[in-house]
Amino acid sequence: MAETKEMKKVLLGPILDNNPIALQVLGVCSALAITTKLETALVMSLALTVVCAFSNLFISLIRNQIPSSVRIIIQMTIIASLVIVVDQVLKAYSYEISKQLSVFVGLIITNCIVMGRAEAYAMKSPPFMSFLDGLGNGIGYSMVLIVIGSIKELFGFGTLLGFEILPLIQNGGWYQGNGLLILPFSSFFLIGGLIWAIRTIRPAQVEPKE
Amino acid sequence: MSAKKETLGKTVGVVVAVCLVCSIVVSSAAVGLRSLQQTNAAIDKQSNIVQAAGLSDIAAGDISGTFEKYIEERFINLETGEYVEVPEGYDMYKEAKNPEFSVPVTGSNVGFKQRASIANIYLVRNDAGDVTRLVLPVHGSGLWDLMYGLLAIDADGNTVRELIYYQHKETPGLGGEIQNPSWKAKWNGKKLFNNGEVALEVNKGDNSKNQYAVDALSGATLTSNGVQNTLTYWAGKNGYGLYLKNQTWKS
Repeated sequence: MAETKEMKKVLLGPILDNNPIALQVLGVCSALAITTKLETALVMSLALTVVCAFSNLFISLIRNQIPSSVRIIIQMTIIASLVIVVDQVLKAYSYEISKQLSVFVGLIITNCIVMGRAEAYAMKSPPFMSFLDGLGNGIGYSMVLIVIGSIKELFGFGTLLGFEILPLIQNGGWYQGNGLLILPFSSFFLIGGLIWAIRTIRPAQVEPKE
Repeated sequence: MSAKKETLGKTVGVVVAVCLVCSIVVSSAAVGLRSLQQTNAAIDKQSNIVQAAGLSDIAAGDISGTFEKYIEERFINLETGEYVEVPEGYDMYKEAKNPEFSVPVTGSNVGFKQRASIANIYLVRNDAGDVTRLVLPVHGSGLWDLMYGLLAIDADGNTVRELIYYQHKETPGLGGEIQNPSWKAKWNGKKLFNNGEVALEVNKGDNSKNQYAVDALSGATLTSNGVQNTLTYWAGKNGYGLYLKNQTWKS
């Protein structure tokens, strides 16, 4: 079945073969800022996946009606509306986390992954495939966030999801937390390392020398 | 794509339709979830106060019930130290810029230029109805931004029980350690005043035996200084000094 194969490729491709952060290098800004704790990284991943999947779906549904002269604005309107709804839902059902994510949920609007998928895929593809594509890219983004969030929280704070794994010296344990990993910019090194690892496994992703 | 068929009328029509649908979705989400969000914000605030009141164990999840039962909100005029009546919904942080309540802050490095003349404070009562603790909102600048906290004091007006920061932007792992339970525990039992002067200090070294000093956070000198300035200001005559001296809650 070619159909299923295509669906699988669209859904699972972005996780390793065509990862939005590692290969396309999109959406790095939020990946830097909110990965200090695994919990916020998880919620951010979920929020972005939902927004990306549904914005792709809705844009694809009306893709034949969208006049090309104003298509970017229409995409932005749809994405912005979805982000506001997600933000409101988070504030209502997960207040603590929405306080920690603060402005970053709102900034999903400017996340290049959402916009990029809408423009590159949803404008030319049927709704269901676009939805899968959004979902797949959201999961690809999530994977990077979760890996980086785990590393940063484990070695920076000695915890995972708030549970103590490596007891810190401050709390009477033996582990000296790595202060560098707590700061947002350490994600640069981690994302760099991750891209290196992925490209070692998949040499096809290495860009040709100029 | 429909580039060929594009006309001005159609473009405007599609834009208006999309905007209409989106605005309906957004506004119904905002209106539909508003009451839940307000409850959340209120519970969040109450849970900080309940924690400062030392009632977290008793509350066992029932934050608003515990709050209603043991905690009373009062308003004090900081200049006189007396209780006053205020309009409903008064909030000392919102009113700090309202000319009717605003008081300029001079001669202090606490980090803000205006404060409200009237403060919201919380009296904690036991089952018999006696005041056991006072929870006083304090704020002052840290390294990056203002730090908002609650200072809980015993009914003697001198012994500190808790200093809980609930909103700050200090560096995680350094200044952010003001929220570390083991550091917060160091405040328990310290004395604010010595012979009527603000004596409590945040300084370096082992202060476990000194009742007028708390060990500063290592690697966070500016945050520690901020905590010191906040305490000095709010315990002093421009803050709750007069109220604590007169022990108004006992009359």
